[in-house]
Amino acid sequence: MTTKTLRAGGGLSVRYEPRAALSVLGLLVLTVAVAVVLIGTGDFPMTPGEVVDTLLGEGTVVQEFAVMDLRLPRVLVAVFVGAALAVGGAVFQSISRNPLGSPDVIGFGQGATVGALTVIVLFQGSAAAAAGGAVVGGLVTGVTIYLLAWKKGVHGYRLVLVGIGAAAMLTSVIHYLITKANLVDATRATVWMTGSLDGRDWSQFWPLFAVCCILLPLVLGHGRALRMLEMGDDAAYALGVKVERTRIVLMASAVLLVAVATSAAGPIVFVSLSAPQLARRLTRAPGPNLAASALMGSALLLSADWVATNAFGERQLPVGVVTGILGGCYLLWLLVTERKAGRI
Amino acid sequence: MTTNKDNRSTAMTGRQKQRLSAESVTLAYEQRVIARELSVEIPDNSFTVIVGPNACGKSTLLRALSRMLKPAEGRVLLDGASIHSLPAKKVAKTLGLLPQSSIAPDGITVADLVARGRYPHQGLLRQWSPEDERIVQESMASTGVAELAERYVDELSGGQRQRVWIAMALAQQTPLLLLDEPTTFLDIQHQIDVLDLCAELHETQGRTLVAVLHDLNHAARYATHLIAVRGGEIVAEGPPADVVTAELVERVFGLRCQVIEDPETGTPLVVPAGRKARARRAAGVTEGSAEGAAEQVSVLRK
Repeated sequence: MTTKTLRAGGGLSVRYEPRAALSVLGLLVLTVAVAVVLIGTGDFPMTPGEVVDTLLGEGTVVQEFAVMDLRLPRVLVAVFVGAALAVGGAVFQSISRNPLGSPDVIGFGQGATVGALTVIVLFQGSAAAAAGGAVVGGLVTGVTIYLLAWKKGVHGYRLVLVGIGAAAMLTSVIHYLITKANLVDATRATVWMTGSLDGRDWSQFWPLFAVCCILLPLVLGHGRALRMLEMGDDAAYALGVKVERTRIVLMASAVLLVAVATSAAGPIVFVSLSAPQLARRLTRAPGPNLAASALMGSALLLSADWVATNAFGERQLPVGVVTGILGGCYLLWLLVTERKAGRI
Repeated sequence: MTTNKDNRSTAMTGRQKQRLSAESVTLAYEQRVIARELSVEIPDNSFTVIVGPNACGKSTLLRALSRMLKPAEGRVLLDGASIHSLPAKKVAKTLGLLPQSSIAPDGITVADLVARGRYPHQGLLRQWSPEDERIVQESMASTGVAELAERYVDELSGGQRQRVWIAMALAQQTPLLLLDEPTTFLDIQHQIDVLDLCAELHETQGRTLVAVLHDLNHAARYATHLIAVRGGEIVAEGPPADVVTAELVERVFGLRCQVIEDPETGTPLVVPAGRKARARRAAGVTEGSAEGAAEQVSVLRK
């Protein structure tokens, strides 16, 4: 892969790989295109042209209502949830040097679910409180797994194994909470647990957007240091990377991104796992491919949402079911190839 | 421990402080103390090799010198300042390290890996200068991997891969370069290859090299300054011709041997004593009572 450099005055320069840059551009176009199509589909169909006009403020009152109040927030939630989950996944896969070291495999999603269900079942809390509970649950799980897996630094398989153990335990807690719940709460809990974008409005979007605005640039800014970390702590240290600080900042950001995404849309599985891997196969560039992963996550979740709402006729599915089925197939494939490569 | 030979080597390199030194450092992994109150200076422009038996603390000493391990007490000085107080990137422009094991990321090419050595010289908005390009090319040329530039690192042989890692360390352009057992896991021809390369870097580019080596004969052949470590203490240091004696080898490694002149280079060559001679010693028989020893050996054999 030949690397190219973009230069500007004053000695500024940015290094990029043409294929990776093209992939990012392509994914961006794809994300926007799917978003426009998705906004146009529903009981009140609109052509892509009408959608764009409405977004630019030139639609009718009805179109305006359908787009700005109903569909745009849902699509934007999908874009940022997808990006946050994918970047969280890319960071953890890179730090654990293992595609299975992904937040949805190592228990962060389950942790956030336990947090939300605790609020719903034990305190009959509001939707906003449940979202807050999800963030707290995700963070507590992240810290606990980090402490349990930490032994003079975080090592790949250790993190994966501790995480899988934690995920199994948390799943039991989830079932326990559901058995304790009355019928109304249990229904709410089950709906929350499936992971859905239905009925997402601006109140879900803004907190998610605010967190992404801070954390996504922070993580992307540490992307080069993260690449150095992939060569081992000693090599990164020798190159002047502040190893422990970089890792803490990145892991904390990733846990927070996953927790906030989960609080906005419920536990949408396998986006964290598959988006970074798919992005990597598309760019063919070594390293975590953070920008490509983020866009891949958005495009994946939007596409899954389109499939969930349209592919099964009258019967609409929550998006978490679709990502679960697609991601499950992908996980199986990954396990088989990893096994062939002798890494499991 | 100081010998008059050490004093000579200190006099040779001048009295003023060397760029890299350790000042009465105590090195420990958590509770386990490896070395106490250790002081050492790395002569500028030397090819210093640290030798010693397994678990003597030689790698630990190198880790401390390269700031991977923070001393429990004392400090490591780089250009007169405590190395741990200096900004990480600033140190990385002065002092490079080739770790014992590094992981080549999947699907990375030789040129891309070597280019990562430029990291401390770059920033978020200054990612690649023409100078970076030139230095990467030079580093690949001087380690003989230029023709492998577009190959994937995972496809290379162990010897080639080690050259690529050295090229990456060179691209860092540090006047001081530390190497932790750079020849481990390599075939003999690749070991010599890598050591020749180190000697060349030292001679032609005037870099100060510090390496931990297992093979005493390699150390004696290539080092300009030798540091012998045993049990966390420096037993002797100085030019190999002065340091490598039969007496020292026995004291440091517990191995009886003869030291002869290397027919190729004239440097000391350690020839371990034969099995019988060593068995004699193990049986606690003094020299001269050869007959008794032979009996002892035959008893041992049974």
